[in-house]
Amino acid sequence: MKSIAFGQYYPANSPIHRMDPRAKVILTVLYIVCTFLCRNALCFAALVLSAILLTAVSHVPLRMILRSIRPLIMILTFTSLINIFMTKGEHLLTPSWEIPLWGTHVWRIRIFEEGLWTALFMILRIVVLLVGTSVLLSYTTTPIALTDALERLFAPLKKIKVPVHDIAMMTTIALRFIPTLMEETQRIMNAQKARGADFTSGGLIRRAKALLPVLIPLLVSAFNRAYELAAAMECRCYHGGEGRTRLKVLRLRFSDVFAVLLLIAFGTGIFFLNRLGIGYTMKG
Amino acid sequence: MAETFIHAENLSFSYQGSNGGDDVPALKNITLDISKGEYVAILGHNGSGKSTFAKLLNLILEPTAGTLIVGGTDLSSGDLSDEELIALRRRVGMVFQNPDNQLVATIVEDDVAFGPENIGVPMPELRHRVDGALASVGMSEYADREPHHLSGGQKQRVAIAGIIAMRPECIVFDESTAMLDPLGRREVLDTIRMLNRENGITVINITHYMNEAALADRVIVINDGTVLMDGTPDEVFAQRDRLREVGLEVPQCAELIHRLREAGIPIEGTAISHVESCAELLAATLRGGEPAHG
Repeated sequence: MKSIAFGQYYPANSPIHRMDPRAKVILTVLYIVCTFLCRNALCFAALVLSAILLTAVSHVPLRMILRSIRPLIMILTFTSLINIFMTKGEHLLTPSWEIPLWGTHVWRIRIFEEGLWTALFMILRIVVLLVGTSVLLSYTTTPIALTDALERLFAPLKKIKVPVHDIAMMTTIALRFIPTLMEETQRIMNAQKARGADFTSGGLIRRAKALLPVLIPLLVSAFNRAYELAAAMECRCYHGGEGRTRLKVLRLRFSDVFAVLLLIAFGTGIFFLNRLGIGYTMKG
Repeated sequence: MAETFIHAENLSFSYQGSNGGDDVPALKNITLDISKGEYVAILGHNGSGKSTFAKLLNLILEPTAGTLIVGGTDLSSGDLSDEELIALRRRVGMVFQNPDNQLVATIVEDDVAFGPENIGVPMPELRHRVDGALASVGMSEYADREPHHLSGGQKQRVAIAGIIAMRPECIVFDESTAMLDPLGRREVLDTIRMLNRENGITVINITHYMNEAALADRVIVINDGTVLMDGTPDEVFAQRDRLREVGLEVPQCAELIHRLREAGIPIEGTAISHVESCAELLAATLRGGEPAHG
């Protein structure tokens, strides 16, 4: 209960962990663009290689990454089936099997080479997208660093009256109170259990109803906490983001800039590999 | 006598009645002065108005009548600018009861930095202050921990560090030990004492623990919104019967001396607030050749 890690952060001291979170956000966006640029087998080979490389550099255990892919298996299967059977192309692989339906209607199963390629590319794209973003961001960046990075990246939006600092402060406080409220929930549940509450038996509706006496005290206490925290923050001179200084000043280092440039080069490379027209090139 | 830091004259405060009901008076005509560098305990049972008094000192609540001057700033005039309010809160820090509800950041040192960040302390100085504040409460080795992994006493010390980092002249502790175990309470009280003795910070400790009040230089007993007693711990705890009338007990060692005197044992001396001084009084009496009864 005590050691709840919020999000998926995996503590380690890899080069990716040490990077400026702002650089990581930019890298992640660029990487997503790269995955969508890929159109042919050569590009995807390069992409997969880059994902493997990133994983190795991040020190995140492969086991954890595979576990994050598992919930996607259904979606992956479904999209590949659709791609295999519905994509039409020029190289027919199967003889025209016909399955009689009713009357004179028949369903002709035709699998084209293009369909297989598309299915493969889609699987690779989704998996690499997931692995890339988790390794570059969610596994290697604490939620608080991420909030901090987003506050600074979106700082220009203050000009058009977007309350960037306030949103970041609220997120920080929410993250800070997750473990506190978790403990509180457990305490209230224990108190209810001691008085005979049953949270585990019965159907869905019954169990949901049993949670109600937990949620109400939790909500009340959350409001009390919010009130006290607001008073404490006022006592510590909080008056919004104006004129605040920072203990932790983020500094873009050469390596951060280099990583971004490297990824831009990689994206450009992929862009030109597509044009070579080697093998099947996916449309769209 | 050192210069006055807090001056209250006929200070009153009423909570607004709910649903249009009558206002509920919490403080009535409080008149007192607290000097720079004093260590004052404010005693009273729940609902006596002691916490209300604390909240007036840095203007979380506004006085409804009377005069309140803190560090030269008149808080009863009711027209403080935002800058003046922030300046006041920097000078008068406050530590609350529940340590969980006053920590803002997810990392200890970020939390300590929160106050100074708000008042715009620039960087090399900020780092300096955070490290210094953590060192003075003995929490340096926890600088990069998460607050929810700390004990109650440790969290409360982090909260104190967050106030110290703002370099206040006065810290108000609003029942800051009430939720702590004995060890945590010891840690916090030692820290409070050190801040007062070594850093010269004016300390106001709002409490309902007698043993805690005994540690102060001066005890003010508030009952039903008025000042009932004001004196050194020894003076206040000598009036056991009056305290009992308002539902307060004296420390156990003082109670012991009172009962022995009632039983007819003549114990000389007034230092009855601390276990050590009580033991000395008793020892002196016993050595004085007083024959044991029975």
